[in-house]
Amino acid sequence: MTGKTLYDKLWNQHLVRDADGGDALIYIDRQLLHEVTSPQAFAGLRDAKRVPRRLAANLAVADHNVPTTDRSAGIDDPIARLQVETLDRNCVEFGITEFNMTDPRQGIVHVVGPEQGVTQPGMTIVCGDSHTATHGALGALAFGIGTSEVEHVLATQCLMARKMKNMRIVLNGALAEGIASKDMILAVIGEIGTSGGTGYTIEFAGSAVENASMEARMTLCNMAIEAGARAGIIAVDQKTVDYLRGRAYSPRGDQFDLAVKAWRELISDHDAVFDAEHVIDVSDLRPQVTWGTSPEMVASVDDVIPDPADAPDEGKREGWSRALDYMALEPGTQIGSIEVDKVFIGACTNGRIEDLRAAASIARGRCVAPNIKQALVVPGSGLVKKQAEDEGLDQIFIDAGFEWREPGCSMCLAMNADRLEPGERCAATSNRNFEGRQGYGGRTHLVSPAMAAAAAIAGHFADPNKL
Amino acid sequence: MKKFIKYTGVVIPINRDNIDTDAIIPKQFLKSVDKSGFGDNLFDAWRYEDQGEPGADCSNRPLNKEFVLNRKPYRDGSLLLARENFGCGSSREHAVWALRDFGIRTVIAASFADIFHNNCFKNGVLPIALPLADIEWLFARDDEQGAFSMEIDLERQALTSEDGNVYRFEIDEFKKHCLIEGLDDIGLTLQHESDINAYEARRAKETPWLFPDLQL
Repeated sequence: MTGKTLYDKLWNQHLVRDADGGDALIYIDRQLLHEVTSPQAFAGLRDAKRVPRRLAANLAVADHNVPTTDRSAGIDDPIARLQVETLDRNCVEFGITEFNMTDPRQGIVHVVGPEQGVTQPGMTIVCGDSHTATHGALGALAFGIGTSEVEHVLATQCLMARKMKNMRIVLNGALAEGIASKDMILAVIGEIGTSGGTGYTIEFAGSAVENASMEARMTLCNMAIEAGARAGIIAVDQKTVDYLRGRAYSPRGDQFDLAVKAWRELISDHDAVFDAEHVIDVSDLRPQVTWGTSPEMVASVDDVIPDPADAPDEGKREGWSRALDYMALEPGTQIGSIEVDKVFIGACTNGRIEDLRAAASIARGRCVAPNIKQALVVPGSGLVKKQAEDEGLDQIFIDAGFEWREPGCSMCLAMNADRLEPGERCAATSNRNFEGRQGYGGRTHLVSPAMAAAAAIAGHFADPNKL
Repeated sequence: MKKFIKYTGVVIPINRDNIDTDAIIPKQFLKSVDKSGFGDNLFDAWRYEDQGEPGADCSNRPLNKEFVLNRKPYRDGSLLLARENFGCGSSREHAVWALRDFGIRTVIAASFADIFHNNCFKNGVLPIALPLADIEWLFARDDEQGAFSMEIDLERQALTSEDGNVYRFEIDEFKKHCLIEGLDDIGLTLQHESDINAYEARRAKETPWLFPDLQL
């Protein structure tokens, strides 16, 4: 008998009823809730006179709509305010724990989960948000769901689901100085494409993943969805165990020891068979910059903007042309010569402490270039913000001319007041460069935190090592 | 979900093909945080003579008196009659919520768009496809003889008009069962509650740290 993949193990452990040719019923250990995709789910429960099956399995955080400026006066936008207040009210009414907008632990749901130990290995974790994949970095099966399913999980603690196929992406080699996991995942998406992982759960493996920190692993899994996979996962190792020890919601004492014993099993067997596998050597990887309107449209900072005439097929040629049109870029332009208007450092992809340290190390003792209209640093959570302030990172950013903000999703999707104006170009550490994503007519280039900081300092894209 | 049982209601005729979900519930009302309260804005652009805004009081808005939903006895009707490709366009479940909130529990049409068709079953609304000839006949009847009622009997898969004409319709057996029993996806899953209970009991022993709330 062949061995099992990590995904096989997680799936099997959560089967409540196997599929009889249809959907299986799987158990959900944890649901994370935020203000945008939960109101109708709560309303549905209320209408059906249902209650959440397990209150303790849920945690709510307002993140998408919240302002990143002073919150003492509340939210200006009445629609956003209503959504956030609705989450508050729903959580009180149903008895669900919420970190509200003024709670020091508030932040982006995908930063808060791991930080609090709410995310644990071996769990199934869902949230009405596609970047739930982030939590797979801790050896959990985590994926985004729709609002009807949010209600379904609240009421039943289960989901109807079909098993995905297994894909392994092996990242081998030692990263060069200044190269981040963001560069790795952008390169992966460039390699396999934005639908390369469709229908699969992606396990990230290889020496570069083993050597990556937990936070770097979260960045990898975060963008599994940009490669088409609803879930990205990484095997449990000593780093996972060390990361979880002592966190607020982590098991304690004997329970922790018992948990660790089970967590150690959360690896793919050596003889496990994957339906697909990609092996990528990352030792020569250069800083990555997206140049188009899909995350797969990516190149290294030393490259030039590609010519649609060189695209592999007719479909891609049209896609590249449309993207370059929208991005106002010409084929052959040196990526390093592209000037930006705004810089955004944050999001569930790169809003954690190591990301801020990497950006601060570039900003230290330097000044934001005069052509930069705004350079935002938005910590992923209140606790990330506090730690950064304890380390003096806030002052480094402020001295260099960056704005130091309150935690939230912010300019990643521009549901709050942080956004691009039409035609503005942004170096962003977020995860999507779709048309209009950061504001109507805005132009997004996805980069690592160090690259974003370097763009702010240079005024254009630049290798952080050559500033 | 409310059980779908036999009932009789006034037929509301809207003699158009391709009634899209934008027409059924315009986009500005999707800002709502609720899954209900869309009934006043059902067919908003056809029903009122001004532009609707979310949250606005509809009771004083100028009505398009020609529109069927503003006329007696149609405004108290519960079966909607339309032509081809009803519910096309956007996938918004709000369209079904708006129909349901207004009191429409059955939509009779020559054909339906797929997504709308699926969304109906999730919300206890029955979409009935009849041959175009029957649809034409029903419109003609309303035209010539005025408003009429029909009885819908899901168990027998039959629509019966006041004069005794019977129209049989087809429906997926499983979906029929779900409607009659008032089951939604959640209701279906809850039929397996003993499996869920057993799973939790077993896992609470095997992995107690995941179930601190279920420890004795």
